[in-house]
Amino acid sequence: MRMTHMIASPPVETWLYPAEAGLYCAPGQFYIDPHRAVDRAVITHGHSDHARAGHGAVLATSETIAIMKVRYGETSAGTFQQLALGEPVNINGVGVRLAPAGHILGSAQIVLDYDGKRAVVSGDYKRAYDPTCAAFDVVTCDVFVTEATFALPVFRHEPAHGEVAKLLASMAAEPQRTHVIGAYGLGKCQRMIAEIRNAGYDKPIYLHGAVVALTALYQSLGINLGDVRSVAGADGDAIAGGIVLCPPSALSDRWTRRFNDPVLAFASGWMRVRGRARQHGVELPLIVSDHADWPDLIATISQTNAEDVWVTHGRDDALVHHLATLGRKARALALVGRDDEAE
Amino acid sequence: MRAFAQLLDTLVYTQSRNRKLALLARYFRDTPDPDRGYALAALTDGLPQHLIGRLPLRRMLSELTSRFLDPVLYKLSRDYVGDTAETVALVWPEPRARANAEPTLSDAVTEMSHGSTAERTQTLGRLLDRLDASGRWALLKLLGGAPRVGVSARLAKIAVADAFGHDVSDIEELWHALEAPYLELFAWLEGRGPKPEPGAKPVFRPVMLAHPIEDDDWPKLSADDFVAEWKWDGIRVQIAAAGGDVRIFSRQGDDISAAFPEIRSAFLRHNCVADGELLVMRSGSIAPFNDLQQRLNRKTVTGRMLRDYPAHVRLYDLLFEGGDDLRAMTFTLRRARLETWHAAHCPPLTDVSELVAFETFDSLRAIWSATRADGIEGLMLKRRDSAYQAGRVKGQWYKWKRAALTLDCVLMYAQRGSGKRSSFYSDYTFGAWRSNDAGGQDLVPVGKAYSGFTDDELRLIDTWIRANTTETFGPVRAVTPGLVFEVAFDAVQKSARHKSGVAMRFPRIHRIRWDKPAAEADTLETVQALIGKG
Repeated sequence: MRMTHMIASPPVETWLYPAEAGLYCAPGQFYIDPHRAVDRAVITHGHSDHARAGHGAVLATSETIAIMKVRYGETSAGTFQQLALGEPVNINGVGVRLAPAGHILGSAQIVLDYDGKRAVVSGDYKRAYDPTCAAFDVVTCDVFVTEATFALPVFRHEPAHGEVAKLLASMAAEPQRTHVIGAYGLGKCQRMIAEIRNAGYDKPIYLHGAVVALTALYQSLGINLGDVRSVAGADGDAIAGGIVLCPPSALSDRWTRRFNDPVLAFASGWMRVRGRARQHGVELPLIVSDHADWPDLIATISQTNAEDVWVTHGRDDALVHHLATLGRKARALALVGRDDEAE
Repeated sequence: MRAFAQLLDTLVYTQSRNRKLALLARYFRDTPDPDRGYALAALTDGLPQHLIGRLPLRRMLSELTSRFLDPVLYKLSRDYVGDTAETVALVWPEPRARANAEPTLSDAVTEMSHGSTAERTQTLGRLLDRLDASGRWALLKLLGGAPRVGVSARLAKIAVADAFGHDVSDIEELWHALEAPYLELFAWLEGRGPKPEPGAKPVFRPVMLAHPIEDDDWPKLSADDFVAEWKWDGIRVQIAAAGGDVRIFSRQGDDISAAFPEIRSAFLRHNCVADGELLVMRSGSIAPFNDLQQRLNRKTVTGRMLRDYPAHVRLYDLLFEGGDDLRAMTFTLRRARLETWHAAHCPPLTDVSELVAFETFDSLRAIWSATRADGIEGLMLKRRDSAYQAGRVKGQWYKWKRAALTLDCVLMYAQRGSGKRSSFYSDYTFGAWRSNDAGGQDLVPVGKAYSGFTDDELRLIDTWIRANTTETFGPVRAVTPGLVFEVAFDAVQKSARHKSGVAMRFPRIHRIRWDKPAAEADTLETVQALIGKG
């Protein structure tokens, strides 16, 4: 037991709690991933349900800031302050540092030390290998704030390379048909490209217009994705039989009509459940998730040694119930504005 | 199990019928006996009880999962997934190393075939331990029957026929005399054995079907060559009686005997194959099709249902009498045999469908357009010299359905299609106007249709929907009331299940009324006035 516990330090919920704009650190006077514009925000990662435009000051990793600038513009916050992973800063007496979350490029857990207690706000995270971002770091803490996107025992995600092998096998079986893969435009899309490259596929990979800018950003930040090109302006015959990546919404859009009899694929953790995959009308479901699956959620929570677990979004009912049966204190925060489905 | 699991898993996501057939055919060619036969059973009638007995699968699975999974978590998972077999397959713990090799389909059938329920529960657990998630799912689909992978029993039979260059009618004729794992069937298909003999068992004989008559058919036909019959509004059935057993088959060859025990009894002492229309009939008059529906798709039937919805068969044709195959004879001769046979035996709950006398096609047309009696869907024209042949043979039989009813309805919701239509809004719910309490008019849905338009029209409708969407719920869009469809349908029935209180039979889009203002579309009263007509 740490010395500070001898002096009764106030419980974390007295200084970190959900307020109207989102999770608020009172002594530090900042929000974490607020869902509307605030004076001061610390941002875990660049997905739009976590990083929004219009804050007075933003603190985040340099990659997350770069993503926000591409998405919302150079002046989308009053000031941007970048913080390297592991580097501590003090904000109004609250120790703040960032630890890698393994979710997407730039994603970070926010580690808060105040008055002898430590809280870790994980944002979104995963434990599986991802060639496009730093691996998750376990930080022990008193309160762990976790996501619960895939918090049901049915979600166990196999390694992504097996799913890429499935893709390449399908391409070999149907060499004439273009494989159009729906993947979340920030993170999943670039990870899929990197995983496909790792599997030895070196032909050009084509991109829907909506994912071009973020993919170029990944490349400029040093992620090697090989030869990627925009579908717009590319020769239709050159694309035929190849790989195209697009946002999931484009799969059911008129946009796909430009390809002749394509194989529609969807890379998402939801593809683990056949009914969900069928709902999207795809022919080739690829189970690739950027969120922790059920075993990884349970293992991670236990590794943090947190005596109290707060669940932000997703299947909080199952996770809170299960943690209670394990004798761990857990509760749902029910933060507004989180998008559970986009994965 | 791996090949079977992969087959099912691919079928689930395959929309194209031809691709499904190719996948199935490849599986049946490449997979050894007896596994392919068990797979065929799973995709058609299910594994027969004499192989695995009555399997209380749900109870066994809940017992097995309760050993490692909290019931609350199981329930949340089951609710999310929506399918017990898949839920169990997904939550089942992954063993660190598999002790035994993956079971084959026949291993699974053999191991599950004996023991008490408690013993078989253990066996099932051990089988699941030897499989990966996809294999576990496939095993449970094999044992549970009705795998719901988008393959009908008939499609599976067509695939078997395709795989070995035969016609599906060859297989349908034998089907009900065969048993899983169908070793004789595959031996014959591969040229390693004789054609299986149905022997004394009643089997299905592929049904002869009619073409809808088109305007340009008439000049090519001569009235003298044809007889006319009423086309009754029930379901087409074949009754096969032999060796003290009676089977009732649907047009597709599905055995629906269990739902109609009184019809089976009526034919019990006979030896024949007859073709007719299954109807619900009360004191000589035909009940609405809806009544017949109460009797369909049931594994068993209660005494109350037998009383409330009495079944009747109106006979059209006789295919076999005793050992005689009459199918090569002319319709005229078969009809004479049918009348003589029926007069001699008078099986209860049957009669012979009367012929409609006519001189010329013009006089027949007058009869056709004047007839609005209950239970009549139109007329059939059968060539007098037609042999009874499988399928829709050109120029032999025609159906002449009564002119459809039409109404102008307003598009309310559109749903995305599947397969080639997945980027199009192609399934339409339309409504009619109803007065509301405030003195205005609301639209109330009266039907759904997804056919009757060309690809070009679909493109235009799709564009209109995207430009006029008011709300989106998943794959469904609500639209502003602004597009009128002239909807054609065969009849309107009362329905307690629909908010409007009416249900249309066979609705399809007849014309797209781009010109018509939505406010001038038909009202619910107009729709209701058509109940029982048509």
